[in-house]
Amino acid sequence: MFDIFLDDAPALVVVLPLLISAIIAFMPSKIWPWIISIITMLFHLFLSLHLLKEISVSGLIIYEFGNWEPPWGISFKIDGVNIGLQLLFSIFVLVSTFYSRKIFLNEIDYRDSGKAYSLWLLAVGSLNGIILTNDIFNLFVFLEISALASISLIALGAGQNRKALLAAFNYLIIGAIGATFYVIGVGFAYAMTGTLNMNDLVIQLGQYSDGQLAIFAGMSFMLIGLMVKAAIFPVHIWLPPAYSYAPSAVSTLLAALATKTILYFFVRLLYEVFIIYPSYLSLFLDFVLYPLSLLAIFIGTVIAIYQDDIKKLLAFSSIAQIGYITLAFSLKDHSGVASGFVHIFNHALIKGGLFMAVGYFAILYKDRVTLNSLKGFGYKYPITSFALLICGLSLIGLPLTNGFISKLYLFQALYTNQMYFSIALVAVSSALAVVYFWKIVEQMWFSEIKFKSEKEDAYIYLPIWIVTISIIVFGIYSTPIIEFSNLSADYLISGYQN
Amino acid sequence: MSNSFLIILGIITPLFAALFSYVCRYNNNLRDSFGIIGGLITFVISLKIFHGIQNNEVYQITFFTLFDGVDFAFKVSALGSIFSLVASSLWILASIYTIGYMRGAGEKNQTRFVIFYSIAIHAALAIAWSGNLLVLFIFYEILTFSTFPLVGHKQNAESQSAGRLYLSILVGTSLIFFLPAIFWIWLKTGTLDFQDGGILMNKFPAEYLSFLIAMLVFGIGKAAIMPIHRWLPAAMVAPTPVSALLHAVAVVKAGVFSFLVVVVYIVGPDFLLQTKSSDWLVWLACFTIMASSIIAITKDDLKARLAYSTISQLSYIILGAALASSLALKGASFHIITHALGKITLFFCAGAIYVTAHIKKVSDLKGMGYKLPLIFFAYTLGSLSIIGVPPFIGSWSKFYLIMGSIEREFIIVAIILGISSLLNIYYLLQPVVIGFTQNSKKEIKLIKAPLTVWPPLITGLGCLVFFFYANYFLNNISGVIMN
Repeated sequence: MFDIFLDDAPALVVVLPLLISAIIAFMPSKIWPWIISIITMLFHLFLSLHLLKEISVSGLIIYEFGNWEPPWGISFKIDGVNIGLQLLFSIFVLVSTFYSRKIFLNEIDYRDSGKAYSLWLLAVGSLNGIILTNDIFNLFVFLEISALASISLIALGAGQNRKALLAAFNYLIIGAIGATFYVIGVGFAYAMTGTLNMNDLVIQLGQYSDGQLAIFAGMSFMLIGLMVKAAIFPVHIWLPPAYSYAPSAVSTLLAALATKTILYFFVRLLYEVFIIYPSYLSLFLDFVLYPLSLLAIFIGTVIAIYQDDIKKLLAFSSIAQIGYITLAFSLKDHSGVASGFVHIFNHALIKGGLFMAVGYFAILYKDRVTLNSLKGFGYKYPITSFALLICGLSLIGLPLTNGFISKLYLFQALYTNQMYFSIALVAVSSALAVVYFWKIVEQMWFSEIKFKSEKEDAYIYLPIWIVTISIIVFGIYSTPIIEFSNLSADYLISGYQN
Repeated sequence: MSNSFLIILGIITPLFAALFSYVCRYNNNLRDSFGIIGGLITFVISLKIFHGIQNNEVYQITFFTLFDGVDFAFKVSALGSIFSLVASSLWILASIYTIGYMRGAGEKNQTRFVIFYSIAIHAALAIAWSGNLLVLFIFYEILTFSTFPLVGHKQNAESQSAGRLYLSILVGTSLIFFLPAIFWIWLKTGTLDFQDGGILMNKFPAEYLSFLIAMLVFGIGKAAIMPIHRWLPAAMVAPTPVSALLHAVAVVKAGVFSFLVVVVYIVGPDFLLQTKSSDWLVWLACFTIMASSIIAITKDDLKARLAYSTISQLSYIILGAALASSLALKGASFHIITHALGKITLFFCAGAIYVTAHIKKVSDLKGMGYKLPLIFFAYTLGSLSIIGVPPFIGSWSKFYLIMGSIEREFIIVAIILGISSLLNIYYLLQPVVIGFTQNSKKEIKLIKAPLTVWPPLITGLGCLVFFFYANYFLNNISGVIMN
């Protein structure tokens, strides 16, 4: 009975959440928006699995909207590069939607439930669009929708803490600057080539030899715009307040997926389009992205050590972790790009799990979670605390967790590129991660205050444990993630070598 | 019983001991008995494996593949069989001692203590029997994390800062140096398995080998070579059973054991001898031996003094590994046993003195020798063994180490070992001399804690008895070197 949908699956995964979001926006119930969202995401997952099946047969799907052929119409492209990310996205959103209900009930007015889930699905649909689109202007549209949806979601945190409004406003301004930069770049590219389709863009750009200033200016604008959106150091300043003052469910979604999807598009733009100017590309990678990544890793980690607010601490750790990903992407070879994708997957799970656990603590503590407020939580809420411990050990990168796999492949990539300084820096920063994570553990288990254990909500700890178990499973059986990442790297790097 | 089943049973027994201790947490006697029972079971298994290794039996089990060329696997090496035998046999005595000490000293949170104690033993056994370097690393980290609650047991400001120092040094060095070194080995050879004769020969560039050795020796912070030794004196805030079994046997021996394993089964002694990449380490080890002996003299706190003595003795083993000649390796491997037996005796005595008389300082021991004759007797036996006086077991390992340094023509090293023995005599026997010669004016109330007296007596007499059965251990050790 789903057959009529299946042909349009690439469009539906984006359009369906957007449509449903309009339907539930004004629903006065406090449970139906959630149920409808869950059903939507189940169907979304089904479609994503269908796409995976298709891809494993054909290897490439180009979906043309309204049957307008590219380069005139908008098209979506699904291939080995993004199918893995699409699956991760679908599964994680389902889990975090399941998780979000009790959190939303505690953190926002229940009458806003419909609005919250409407915005939630809006963000989900547009972020998914970023993964699939093959059109640089269409990407801008999705960037804007996702930004506006996330900003409104962050602002919902104002019921808890008024600073959420300021954080949302910051994000609005800085995000708008980023988006403007990006769209200016798109304008340059369009003026020079007359096309917006990425595949066509590559062909059209080919007619200009190296040295066209307008092209380089356009490329630079686009890259800087995306860097702002992906929170790459030093244009990351919107991220820590946004993540930490948003409602906890929203932080989970944003931290796990928002920056990852943009990073994905960023690397795709680099290796699929800008590749035709290798000298420009290596200039950008070697002298901009590489040093910035190292700075992000070091400074993000050090700032995280000095944070008292746990969500802020995790946000700064995210800055450092994004640094690991961009460091891997700056390596210009198969192993580097593959290890970047490995870390995109793994870090989405790790940070998602951490934010979920801390979000639960936030509603249990009924205030902002600081180091002090966690005293004795290890005994008070053992189930969630233990999940937090495992996610944290994975963040440090200990063996048997997926964080270790990330680190292993990153080290391998750095080693084959003979970047010994980066290896040392990554090693030092992962040791420093012990410092900030252990501050949390110490408060939770080894403070002087003790509590009897209290009942925990299964609706919340189940999704947390699903993520936690996947962290361990992918730490032991890492083949799926490695294969997807290698596949992505194969697709991207084959362009580089031609 | 099949060989692989034996390994699983040995490794999970301590975990079950921890579990049962938790289940029976309201019945103190039952709870504490599981340590002894677990110790007995693991001891029997270790002994069986020890004999099996002598008869060239193979003990191995593979669970799953972690990544290319690296499995989650256990395989008992000759060296591992020695370490596990030491750890499990002393666990029995330490469990008995723990009962006496923890109740005598009235410590809180005894259940948590017993649980993490068992988990630490589990990690130590898994290190001993690990099949490759990554599995060793995993349990190395588990050992660190499981001993953290024991170090910070008292939960006051002092123990909390000590716990932080402990954790940050051990985990920090392992993440900064040890893990990258493991990656490096894997990238060069494609495997991390322990093999007789090593895996690096012809695969690893000889000119970088000394660099790799440095990463390993500083990355394995549990070996406590200077300047990565600060955590060990800090860890002495823990209750004495921890200092005795973990910081004289399981943890620090896991450190030197890891380094010894790397030298013997990863780098390969032949490769080391060819390239002479570890000769610099000989001098660093000598420096650590001398410097920590001198610091030990200045310490008035008995446990701090023993901690520095441990640092110095651990460097004997590092020294033996760095010399890499067959006699030196024999001495280093044997020193794991002899020092464990001697040092646990001393720590047992220090704890027993604390429980019975509440004395921590050497200078307060005046006249105590007459009041606590059994404890001082055991202490003397342990000291003589560590000093290396025949007929105590410690004399064998020192003998082999000196022979090894002469074999490598490091005459100065042999002289340093001699001087260090003289320093040992001074700082280890000084408490005995004070105890029997000077008279105290203070009246000290003694508390009876017989369970803390018998374990040191047994280990102390063991130092004496095993001198005559050294060949029993040396058979296995020769197996390490000959292959």
